Amino acid sequence: MSETSASSHHAPGTHPDLPPPVRTTGVVGWVRANLLSSPLNVGLTLLSLWLLWMILPPAIQWLFTEAIWSAQDRKECWAMMDAPRDAACWAFIRGSFELFVYGWYPEPERWRVNLTFILFIAAIVGGLRENIPGKKYWLFFAMAYPFIAAWLLLGGLGLEPVGTNKLGGILLTLVVAVTGIAFSLPLGIALALGRRSNLPALRGVCVIFIEFIRGVPLITLLFVASTMLTYFLPPGSTFDLLMRVLIMVTLFASAYIAEVVRGGLQGLSNGQYEAADSLGLSYWKAHRLVVLPQALKISIPGIVNTFIGSFKDSTLVLIIGMMDILGLGRARLNDPDWLGLAPELYMFIALFFFISCFSMSRYSFSLEKKLQTGHQT
Amino acid sequence: MIESAPSTSNPLLRLWRNKESRGVIIQIFTMVLVFALLAAIARNVVINLEAVGKQFSFGFLLWPAAYDIGFSPFLEYTNKSSHLRAAVVGLLNTLLVAFWGCILATMVGFVLGIMRLSSNWLVSKISYVYVEFMRNVPILIHILAIYSLVVTLLPPAKQAINVGADSFFLSNRGFYVPSPIFEDGAGFVGIVILISIALVFAFTHWAQRTQDQTGKIYPVLWISIGILIALPGIAFLAMGMPLSWDIPALKGFNFQGGMAIKPEFLALWLALSLYTACFIAEIVRAGILAVSHGQTEAAFALGLRPNRTLQLIIIPQALRVIIPPLCSQYLNLTKNSSLAIAIGYMDITATLGGISLMQTGKEMETMLIVMGVYLVISLLISAFMNWFNHRIKLTER
Repeated sequence: MSETSASSHHAPGTHPDLPPPVRTTGVVGWVRANLLSSPLNVGLTLLSLWLLWMILPPAIQWLFTEAIWSAQDRKECWAMMDAPRDAACWAFIRGSFELFVYGWYPEPERWRVNLTFILFIAAIVGGLRENIPGKKYWLFFAMAYPFIAAWLLLGGLGLEPVGTNKLGGILLTLVVAVTGIAFSLPLGIALALGRRSNLPALRGVCVIFIEFIRGVPLITLLFVASTMLTYFLPPGSTFDLLMRVLIMVTLFASAYIAEVVRGGLQGLSNGQYEAADSLGLSYWKAHRLVVLPQALKISIPGIVNTFIGSFKDSTLVLIIGMMDILGLGRARLNDPDWLGLAPELYMFIALFFFISCFSMSRYSFSLEKKLQTGHQT
Repeated sequence: MIESAPSTSNPLLRLWRNKESRGVIIQIFTMVLVFALLAAIARNVVINLEAVGKQFSFGFLLWPAAYDIGFSPFLEYTNKSSHLRAAVVGLLNTLLVAFWGCILATMVGFVLGIMRLSSNWLVSKISYVYVEFMRNVPILIHILAIYSLVVTLLPPAKQAINVGADSFFLSNRGFYVPSPIFEDGAGFVGIVILISIALVFAFTHWAQRTQDQTGKIYPVLWISIGILIALPGIAFLAMGMPLSWDIPALKGFNFQGGMAIKPEFLALWLALSLYTACFIAEIVRAGILAVSHGQTEAAFALGLRPNRTLQLIIIPQALRVIIPPLCSQYLNLTKNSSLAIAIGYMDITATLGGISLMQTGKEMETMLIVMGVYLVISLLISAFMNWFNHRIKLTER
């Protein structure tokens, strides 16, 4: 044993620590522990590597290295490849990008859309950042944002009016999703409180509403909005289709939010309610100061999941003929110049939704960690 | 809030300040509001329907539905059949895709969930990336994308891909598989299958009771599989194999014979299953993680072997966490199957809520039926969930 001879220079107990064996540290150690720890794992690793080798190189080739980024139409695109459809023709997306973002919003008024987008980012950052000066005013701004955005987009009061049929593409997707998200939260909280109330009539109305909405698919509610909602209104009154759709999307999301918030309310220990009662707080004060802050905190992951769901559900409006990003993209596929470029289109739209939804879920994850106050019940 | 003044003379104010009477006032107010709203809607509906000359009646269900349904595996349907029959065909199609969707989603979901928990870094990360990508993209995009892949990438019927044995063909007209033809005596085999299932149930029950009383454990699974294979097998041979296959063959431009799994069904089924599987994977992962490690250690300390531990300790406890959200995923899948309309798969939304609505102009009636059907399905699934929850609930002292 060579170590014994080497350590003989040191007095007993003073030998400096030897480095750990090479096989258990660094890259080698990591690979041995995480990829090759047992015969089964060696097999799984080889299988995974084979799978990746089959998928990744062709995918990267199709997506990036051999893709065509600028061309006039698909013929030109395909002429530059070895064979048609051999690689992605991103020229299609680039050529239609303005249409995909703004829809048919009139050219000279597009600054309003841009301003709406900028204010949107400002409202989100201001509303969500913790340590921002003037936090209170940012919150007011975030709450007022949907109304400011409606004024900017639709005009009136000094701005050129723009019809709702001019909205389309990503703009329409965001309008539907953000409206659903912004208005479903207060409505959902109200429904959850109603369902938890000890007044039977109030509770019954809320339960029936929530269970009805959760029991039917959104698409049937959208059909109701597009075909029969006009029958419910006083004769002669007309109601914009977008408005009807927004109402339905909001009602739909609010039922799901209500269930999430109810879960949060139930997760709270009874002692909290009793403590608030014993302090002599009224119902509203107890809920505003004691119950809701805690209940909402527990339900954040569920609320964000519902938001993600309603963002994804906004694509369903294409089925009743509205031109959101998916509907507009599909209409664009019928353009003779770009016929048959469906993979590129769906890849682009999927990426748009993935980035939006994945960042939302990451944010909820980090928030959950930050709000963790240590005592878990 | 104002300090309550006991000596107030206004009786209404006094009623409002009393907690109980205030509750009654609020409830009366709510009910009046709700009924006023409903009455206003009903009145508007009556006036509006009269104005356009429509009547509220379900008589249209018996009118002939003058449209074709390309996919009706269970019922005879022609374009002379009634709207009611079209609705039933649609409902069966909804249930068909939901049933197979739930099965495939569960299988893929469990595999993905277990992969995610694997100690192998690569396997776990592949599952993670796949799950995160799939579930953050709307289901409608999955449906449309898979459908366009199926229709554009698969060859036409003449150059169909021969998947195997000259009897399975994949083309853009669908996936053609042999269909069974039952001959005389098949009914007897069917009865034997039912009897052997009953036998398995009786045996399981008996084995459980014996184990409770004596502690003796029978290999229930293997004996059950044996019964299920042996008895029908013997009956099948004894009756002279009363089963043959109708094999699809290319005639002209399309296949004749066999069973066709239409591209619409294929795309919808795959999209629904693969999308829902991602949510199931997360549920499975959470369910397994929810069983604390102490349970495994306790089982080992009692001397149980690893597979008995898994079977008796971990899986029952994980299932208690997994089943309720799993049921709501099944419900979501069923409701999402209504997106079939986007690719022309004829489910209940597409037949009754789509074409029948357009043809008859009966928006109210058709939408009421469609929503009612989905509500009933939802209620049935949640009733099952409640029953199951009650059954597996932890019995606490």
